[in-house]
Amino acid sequence: MSKRIDVKDLNVYYGNFLAVEGVNINIDAKSVTAFIGPSGCGKSTFLRTLNRMHEVLPGARVEGEVLLDGDNLYGPGVDPVTVRTQVGMVFQRPNPFPTMSIRDNVLAGVKLNNKKISKGEADTLVERSLQGANLWNEVKDRLDKPGSGLSGGQQQRLCIARAIAVEPQVILMDEPCSALDPISTLAVEDLINELKDQYTVVIVTHNMQQAARVSDKTAFFNIAGTGKPGKLIEFADTSTIFNNPSQKATEDYVSGRFG
Amino acid sequence: MLKVDVTTNSLTTSQGAGRAGDKVFSGAALTAGCLILAVLFGVALFLVVQAIPAFVAPAADIQGGQGFFAYIWPIVLGTLIAALIALVIATPVAIGVALFISHYAPRRLASGLGYVIDLLAAIPSVVYGAWGAAFLAKEIAPAYDWLADNMGWLPIFQGPASATGKTILTAGIVLSVMVLPIITSLSREIFLQTPKLHEEAALALGATRWEMIKMAVLPFGRPGIISAVMLGLGRALGETMAVALVLSSGVLTASLIQSGNQTIAAEIALNFPEASGLKVNTLIAAGLVLFVITLAVNMVARWIITKHKEFSGAN
Amino acid sequence: MTVTAPVTRKRSALTKGQLPSYAPWVVLAVALVLGAAILALVGFNVFGWGVVSALLFTVGLVAWSGMVEGARKAKDKLATCLVVGAFLVALLPLVSVIWTVLVNGIPGIITPGFLGTSMNGVTGTFDNKSVEEGTRVLGGVYHALIGTVQITLLATVISVPVGLLTAIYLVEYGEDRPLARAITFFVDVMTGIPSIVAGLFAAAFFFAVVGPGTKTGAVAAVALSVLMIPVVVRSSEEMLKIVPNELREASYALGVRKWRTILKVVIPTAISGIASGVTLAIARVIGETAPILVTAGFATTINNNVFGGWMASLPTFIYTQILNPTSPSNPAPSDQRAWGAALVLIILVMLLNLAARLIARIFAPKAGR
Repeated sequence: MSKRIDVKDLNVYYGNFLAVEGVNINIDAKSVTAFIGPSGCGKSTFLRTLNRMHEVLPGARVEGEVLLDGDNLYGPGVDPVTVRTQVGMVFQRPNPFPTMSIRDNVLAGVKLNNKKISKGEADTLVERSLQGANLWNEVKDRLDKPGSGLSGGQQQRLCIARAIAVEPQVILMDEPCSALDPISTLAVEDLINELKDQYTVVIVTHNMQQAARVSDKTAFFNIAGTGKPGKLIEFADTSTIFNNPSQKATEDYVSGRFG
Repeated sequence: MLKVDVTTNSLTTSQGAGRAGDKVFSGAALTAGCLILAVLFGVALFLVVQAIPAFVAPAADIQGGQGFFAYIWPIVLGTLIAALIALVIATPVAIGVALFISHYAPRRLASGLGYVIDLLAAIPSVVYGAWGAAFLAKEIAPAYDWLADNMGWLPIFQGPASATGKTILTAGIVLSVMVLPIITSLSREIFLQTPKLHEEAALALGATRWEMIKMAVLPFGRPGIISAVMLGLGRALGETMAVALVLSSGVLTASLIQSGNQTIAAEIALNFPEASGLKVNTLIAAGLVLFVITLAVNMVARWIITKHKEFSGAN
Repeated sequence: MTVTAPVTRKRSALTKGQLPSYAPWVVLAVALVLGAAILALVGFNVFGWGVVSALLFTVGLVAWSGMVEGARKAKDKLATCLVVGAFLVALLPLVSVIWTVLVNGIPGIITPGFLGTSMNGVTGTFDNKSVEEGTRVLGGVYHALIGTVQITLLATVISVPVGLLTAIYLVEYGEDRPLARAITFFVDVMTGIPSIVAGLFAAAFFFAVVGPGTKTGAVAAVALSVLMIPVVVRSSEEMLKIVPNELREASYALGVRKWRTILKVVIPTAISGIASGVTLAIARVIGETAPILVTAGFATTINNNVFGGWMASLPTFIYTQILNPTSPSNPAPSDQRAWGAALVLIILVMLLNLAARLIARIFAPKAGR
């Protein structure tokens, strides 16, 4: 249960402003792909087009195709809601629902969609998802406590558990560790390594060491200047990007000369 | 890459019910919003429709026998006089209270004190009216005697003073108590938004607290104070009970300490329950006049607030 | 190494040219004594003593400060006195109103049957008798209490869905469209509609639609809704706005539809604030008199049907008992009932205000571990 993503000639707009231009990329199933690049280069914007979260913002739209195992996300008649059940997302800051317990947070995707689920099935799903997010042992005794009472790193893993509980094909992560301390970051990185056995993982990070540690392939985005659109500069195996990039800009960036 | 036919796209097979839910819900929200516009429009429309008979009726049929205009202008003036008295008293006190809470009171007490002032707004207007009629009017009557004796040369204090104290000045004082919390809470908010940097800059120059307030807080808050006063004016113009219970009404008089004068709102409240026929239309027409006046005042106040928000960057 | 003895000085150089810290207390004591003396000449009363002492205190402190510290500091002291004085002046009516209502209302409210009986059959004869022979004042506020509760409930039932849905439109769907901006503006304008005009609107509306002279509790409820809706919209809007966008995005990312996100995530997160805002709105309209006066008529009997017949309410009960006493020759029993009703009304309003604060505190999302 994981699908590949193929992006063809994608332009992303905010109103009339072209934010990301001409992206072509093929992301393999069951792999971890990292997006790196300087701030404002459009990597997060591009990530949000992969599950149609982009269009939640007023005036945002895209041109081009994003194919999930061959199905165009932006095809006529496609419901963004269906897309999002297949492509889950984890955000920069942990955002558990404050009104719900840990258990209800994990079940949020099921319950909010009003799907009927027996208590036994729910228990199994909660345990499996929390196990999958490496959080089960830490919270199994307080599943009925509010999710907002956990530490930042635990909250982020709770959000990952919440995302995998809806059994998506792909998990998108938008700088998932930028608000976490180093130990929590390590826990989440370990988790990402395990997640790729079952899911296609795409992660945006501004931390190059992190990209090197967790990803199989790396895409480097760059921007020519303020007001110009962001572009995909280079996409290759992570080791190639960091050791032997073909583009000058990539080399400058990964060697720390700018950004 | 295979070219996908639209009909085979697995993503299009979604639950139709959910989509319908979205439509219904956003439709309901939109309808509610439009309903509010409709209600406001309806308020205007129904008042106009029911008021027209009073405008077109022969002058002799209107109360007083001289047409609608002759009937309405004294009570419009009375309304303005009462509201003006209220503002003259309430504005300085309200600004003082707002400054006290925002810049003088100890931080820990400030919110509690604000709540005490908000209690003033919580007391129902009919209770204020009863208090004004039973307590204030009686207590203040000797003061009116003194005013009539010593300052009677001023037309507004011309004697003989009302023995019951049920005068437009008493009504104005009660009104001022009622608009005080409105002006206070808005001014307080504005004062609290004064940029800390401006205040600290003033203090760093060696200014005393009062000089700092004069240099930084009041200039920043001026548009806010003006709109707060306008909103208070709107409330004072439309307030009914304080006047209906406190004022022993009569014809338009210049003296504030004699019985006499009347406001639109009180006129309606006192006469509507027993009114019938053209009298109902006349009173609704009076209500329309009041509506137009308060609408204008409130729109100006809101306009000032909006304009101020745009360039101050507050909020 | 030289050991410097700690500098022992009575006053630091930094406090030179300042009034000593006990100065205000000295001036206050002098002002109180002088005030009492002056008042003793013209006839002593506490209120006058307070006013005269406050004036003397201000003059004294400012003058002393002017001599010792200079004009700038004196002006600062004057401003402080005026600002504190303004606050004390604002407290006067509050204390006076509450005191008046308590003193006059308690005899009414402790009369047996006051809360449990209506004014049905209570005529001026009974009131005359109670004044002349000292018998118990008959009649009570039960019918008015019932009317107030029914009218306010119906108004709430109308206002909350409309107000909440409008707030949802403004926050979740409006996106700064012209329509949303128009609604925001007119909601603000609506907050300023005089309550009597709202009453006239409801009356005019029902006169036109149902028939001239239609006066029922429902008409009053519509009038109150006109006053209540903008309050509900504004408070709900504020509460919905402070729900973090991240929660909405988290919900969308789980494949939850917008309407379910709003119903299941946004509103539950904001519910404490919304509920407290609604409670405050109820507290605001429950004391409205003028709109009920022109829409529900007067009744002296219990009417349990909001949709038919005239209906009493606490505020209009107070109003009519004061303005048209049951026995014009002996208004005392009517006054007693009016003050009793006023006390009941104030207690209701204060309870609602208290409830609003409690709701906001208790149902706020917790971060407990």
